[in-house]
This record gives sequence, C-alpha cells and structure tokens, in this order.
Amino acid sequence: MTPLHLEAGKYAAFIWPAYAITALGFIGMIAVTLLRARRWRREAERLEKARTAAKGAAADETATKAGDPP
Amino acid sequence: MINVLANPHRFMAFSKWAAPVLGLLAAGLIAVGLWLGLTAPGDYQQGATVQIMYIHVPAAWMSMFSYACLGGASFFALVFRHSLADAAARAAAPLGAVFTFLALVTGSLWGRPMWGTWWVWDARLTSVLVLLLLFVGYIALRASIDDEAKGARAGAILALVGLVNLPIVKYSVDWWNTLHQGESIFRAGGPTLAPVFLIPLAVMGLGYACAFGALWLAATRAEVWRRRAASLALQAAFG
Repeated sequence: MTPLHLEAGKYAAFIWPAYAITALGFIGMIAVTLLRARRWRREAERLEKARTAAKGAAADETATKAGDPP
Repeated sequence: MINVLANPHRFMAFSKWAAPVLGLLAAGLIAVGLWLGLTAPGDYQQGATVQIMYIHVPAAWMSMFSYACLGGASFFALVFRHSLADAAARAAAPLGAVFTFLALVTGSLWGRPMWGTWWVWDARLTSVLVLLLLFVGYIALRASIDDEAKGARAGAILALVGLVNLPIVKYSVDWWNTLHQGESIFRAGGPTLAPVFLIPLAVMGLGYACAFGALWLAATRAEVWRRRAASLALQAAFG
C-alpha cells in the first residue's frame, strides 16, 4: 500500500493549520446547518399541531352550539 | 428541473433524500481525495506544501460557484418573486462566506512559505477578499431588514450587482500581473498539472461540490421551515 506522506518537515507549521482550519470550517457549516434545520422543523411542527388543535376545538364549539335547544 | 423544484412541496420531498445522498457522496469523495493527495509525492519546487492545494483550490472553486448560485437564485427571486428562490439565495450566502474564508486562509498559509508573504494586494487576492465582503454584506443586509419581501429585494439587487466580481476573480490573473499564479486547470490547451496532482484535486473538487450541494439543500430546507414557522406564528397571533 502506498504510504501516506505526512512528514511535512519544515512546512508542517503551514500545512496542518490549513487542514485544521478547513476541518473546523466544515464541522461548523454542518453543525450550524443541521441544528438550524432541526430547530425550525420542530418549531413549525409545534405550531402546526397547535393550529390543528385550535381548529378542532373551534369545530367542537360550533357543533355544541348547533346542537343546543332553541 | 428548476420548474419541478420550484414547487416547495416537491422541493422538500426531493431534498429530503437528495441532501443525505449528496452528503454521503461528499464524505466518500473527500476521503478518497485526501488519501490520493496525501499519498502523492511532493512537488519538485513546492515540496510538501502542494498538499495545501487539495483543500485551497476546491475551496476557491466553491467560493465562486456558491456566489453564482446566490446570484442565480437572487435573479429568480427578484424577477419572479419566488419565495423558494429567495430561501435558496439566503441559504447559500453563509456557506459561500465560509468557503471564501477557507480559500483566503489556506491560500495565505500556502503563500507564506512559497511567496515569502502572507498577503499581497494583487488582483486575485483582492478580488477574492471583495467576494468575501459581498457575502458578508449580503448576510448583514438580510439580517438588518425585518420585512421579508423588502429584504429579499434589497439582497437580490446586491447579489446581482456583485456578480460582476466573478469574472474579475476568474480572469484577474490574466488581466493583471499578479503574484498569484496563472490559471492551470480550466485553461485553453488543457491543465498544466501532472496527473499525480490533478486526479486527487479533481476528486476533492467533486467532493467539495457535493458537500456544498448537500449543505445548500439542508440550509434551504431550514429556511423553508423558518418561514413556515413564522407564518404559523403570525396566523396564531392574528387568528
């Protein structure tokens, strides 16, 4: 198997920080994107449920009123 | 394809599986690209610093590609008042800013040992810095305007005006005398890079493109949900 050339010698101080900053950039983009997506999906689902529950309650109230004796 | 995905329901159904598939593809391609790059020999002139090329050049490609996506989405948002196009534009900006920042920082870390300086105000470096400022300006502008429609229009105009910078970035090394090297991949007559460096670079480039695609789709989905939540909250508040 071809060996990895990880001995950067006198250039190590430039090469590995470049890789580290790139890795941090990717981790940051992935984390922020996924957390933001999860947060807003949950918020939208919660509000959707609340709206459905409110609609159901309003329909029940209308039905009760319609069934009331005059 | 754009017509099909312009429908938010179809977009959400498509991106639900496309984002993770692209993400897995990106992880695989970047792993293979890194392996090929780190097993390749050092350059006869630049030595081991050529390893920075495998992360610097794809980041630079993605910085320009993401701005083209921001500009394209802004065009559809401005001309057709399409909400999903605006969501896609807004989602592309932070990703483009990170790729541009990575291109500048890794370029600086490559330039110091090869050129003897971290930074010069040559046309290529300066135009890429302007690209970063355009991304940051777009993000700041959108954050500063509460009205979604007004923010979309202002952001789209800024993004479209900024498109003029893309050919300047691309051709800066031809139009001006720069410390940054000339075009060596996408040039008439073919790439000047030896296959031992070109293949890992191409694989990394594809990996970065898939990563941007996956993140862009996921970020656009988040923006669609944010707008849905905002709309539902408004409906709940005002009946």
